[in-house]
Amino acid sequence: MTRYVLRRLLGAVLVIFVVSVVTFAIFQLGPALSNTSPVYYYIGKIPFPAGSVQLKLIEHRFGFDQPLWQQYWTWLRGILFGRKLDDGSTFVNCHAPCLGYSFRLNTPVTSLVKQALPVSLSLAAGAAILWLVGGVTVGVISALHPRSVFDRAGMTMALAAVSLPIFFTGPILILVFVYQLKWLPNISYVPITQDPAQWFRSMILPWIALSFLFAALYARLTRASMMETMGEDYIRTARAKGLPRRKVTLRHGLRAALTPIVTIFGIDVGTLIGTTVITETVFNLRGLGYLSVQSIHTQDLPVIMGVTIIAAIALVVANLVVDILYAFVDPRVSYG
Amino acid sequence: MTLPQQGDIEVVGSFGLIQTEEPSQKAIEGRSLGRIAWNRLKHDKVAIAGGFTVIFFVLVAVFAGPLCHLIGQSATAQHQNLTDPTTTMPLGSFGGMTGKHLLGITPISGNDILAQLIYGARTSLIIAGLATALSLLFGIGAGLIAGYFRGWSDSVISRTMDLLLSFPSLLFSIALLTVFSIVPSFLGLSGQPLRFAVIIFVLGFFGFPYIGRIVRGQVLSLREKEFVDAARSLGASNYRIMSREILPNLLGPILVYTTLTIPNYILGEAGLSYLGVGVLPPTVSWGGMLSDAGQFYQVDPAYLFIPGLAIFITVLAFNLFGDGLRDAFDPKSTR
Repeated sequence: MTRYVLRRLLGAVLVIFVVSVVTFAIFQLGPALSNTSPVYYYIGKIPFPAGSVQLKLIEHRFGFDQPLWQQYWTWLRGILFGRKLDDGSTFVNCHAPCLGYSFRLNTPVTSLVKQALPVSLSLAAGAAILWLVGGVTVGVISALHPRSVFDRAGMTMALAAVSLPIFFTGPILILVFVYQLKWLPNISYVPITQDPAQWFRSMILPWIALSFLFAALYARLTRASMMETMGEDYIRTARAKGLPRRKVTLRHGLRAALTPIVTIFGIDVGTLIGTTVITETVFNLRGLGYLSVQSIHTQDLPVIMGVTIIAAIALVVANLVVDILYAFVDPRVSYG
Repeated sequence: MTLPQQGDIEVVGSFGLIQTEEPSQKAIEGRSLGRIAWNRLKHDKVAIAGGFTVIFFVLVAVFAGPLCHLIGQSATAQHQNLTDPTTTMPLGSFGGMTGKHLLGITPISGNDILAQLIYGARTSLIIAGLATALSLLFGIGAGLIAGYFRGWSDSVISRTMDLLLSFPSLLFSIALLTVFSIVPSFLGLSGQPLRFAVIIFVLGFFGFPYIGRIVRGQVLSLREKEFVDAARSLGASNYRIMSREILPNLLGPILVYTTLTIPNYILGEAGLSYLGVGVLPPTVSWGGMLSDAGQFYQVDPAYLFIPGLAIFITVLAFNLFGDGLRDAFDPKSTR
């Protein structure tokens, strides 16, 4: 068991390493291909004419004149131990974990991420609970009563839901519940520590919009998995030896049917930090996705780089947790 | 030496056993998997309706120019005289719908929405179609090589695909598109063509491991079949076995995958354009239209619903058709 966990851990570290190299490489590509000094994408302006000694000096201070692997190492060391940065006029001591410094916003990327993370986490956690419960419930009821009215209605809804983009359903939800019915206030994110009731009211529509799509996928998946499981021999055996139907369905059927759902749930929650981008934009939530989209418009490379690497780490960690949990849940997984 | 395909085998004869059901002169036919699937699909009304909607969408995209000529509008012509000068909103009800502008006009610039919708279909189709083609190319290539040769090439390809699947692909796509938005030209491309190429690349590239895994799994079992052994014993080269013996047997799963991937890429392109990193104005896209409509939907909801419903209907049609196709190819399906 320990060996299995250690091996997975090593694999995860490797993936994070590769992801960080790729992220770094992507952002070196732009300045290199556009023949612009990388200084522009780091401080938002070219303070001195191209080719001037002063510009060369700033490039030197950022380390842009060093070989790429060395620049990567400086970036990585900054994340681990912190680094010092300056753009020629401001001198910044960026503490570890230093994901970079946005000279446009005069803020370390780490603190931007720290501000945005609770918003994204609130959104992701609430939506995940909602779609898991909703999707699995609909899927199980549909599987137990195939071809019933509920099954047909549920599956039709599910098919419609996977074809609806969030940037269409989101505005409709706002239009109906905020502007027409006036059931919900027109507010942006309120921290849970500040006012839990307002936090809930500010998040309910984003949760519904984001979970709608996933709930549909999970309902279809649970239905298929549950129907397959209920056809297995051991279910018939359990029924034959006189166990009540309810117990057979929940203990024997549902538990086995849920294992593939758990895998996909882990991956989906992991990628959620990346996929909340559109939901955050629609509902004007200042989360990680919103931050990266804003930084795209201002071409603030350090921020986009920081968000991307954080999202990648979140995904890898989620996969790791699922893999390890799986070994406990599913007796067929070998720990070798 | 392939498995029976599209009526290669036509067993004509009178076995007499089953003929009790239909005593006419109709011959019993050995049917190929493709033909069985087609017969099943023909009876699936929902899938057929989806298929016709898909064809309609493709025709609209292909004949965008003549269609706009027919309705007498262009996607870029502005009709600011039809918008309220103070609020910039279209005059009249339902977003300015009139006999001339059937689906109304956009706020501020007063573009004809129907014409934009027609050209948006073209953008969606070009990007989703080419991105699917790209992921098929990569996916089939990688899956064939990994499944057929196994060994170290399988390890390398499978690990790479696993790694790609654990990338936060949307953020990487955004990152790549951002980087390329500051690159003036690359590989001889620049401007909108470069933009299209990068969108097609990110969608297709991050999607290929899905088809790659499916193909690899199928090839792993196909390569052990007798007809492959037979071909090999006749001296067929690896390339010939892969392209002429194995590949034709993969057409079913590939076809199903294709119809279910195109709608995903339509949504993907719309999402990127909505975020402002995809197709940029003046090129029209449904995602871009929704992004624009998002600023006005409280006062002009019609502008929001038209591109939204267009995306919904198109994607739903592809999904219904793809689901029907999958059921038709599934031997376990009873329909």
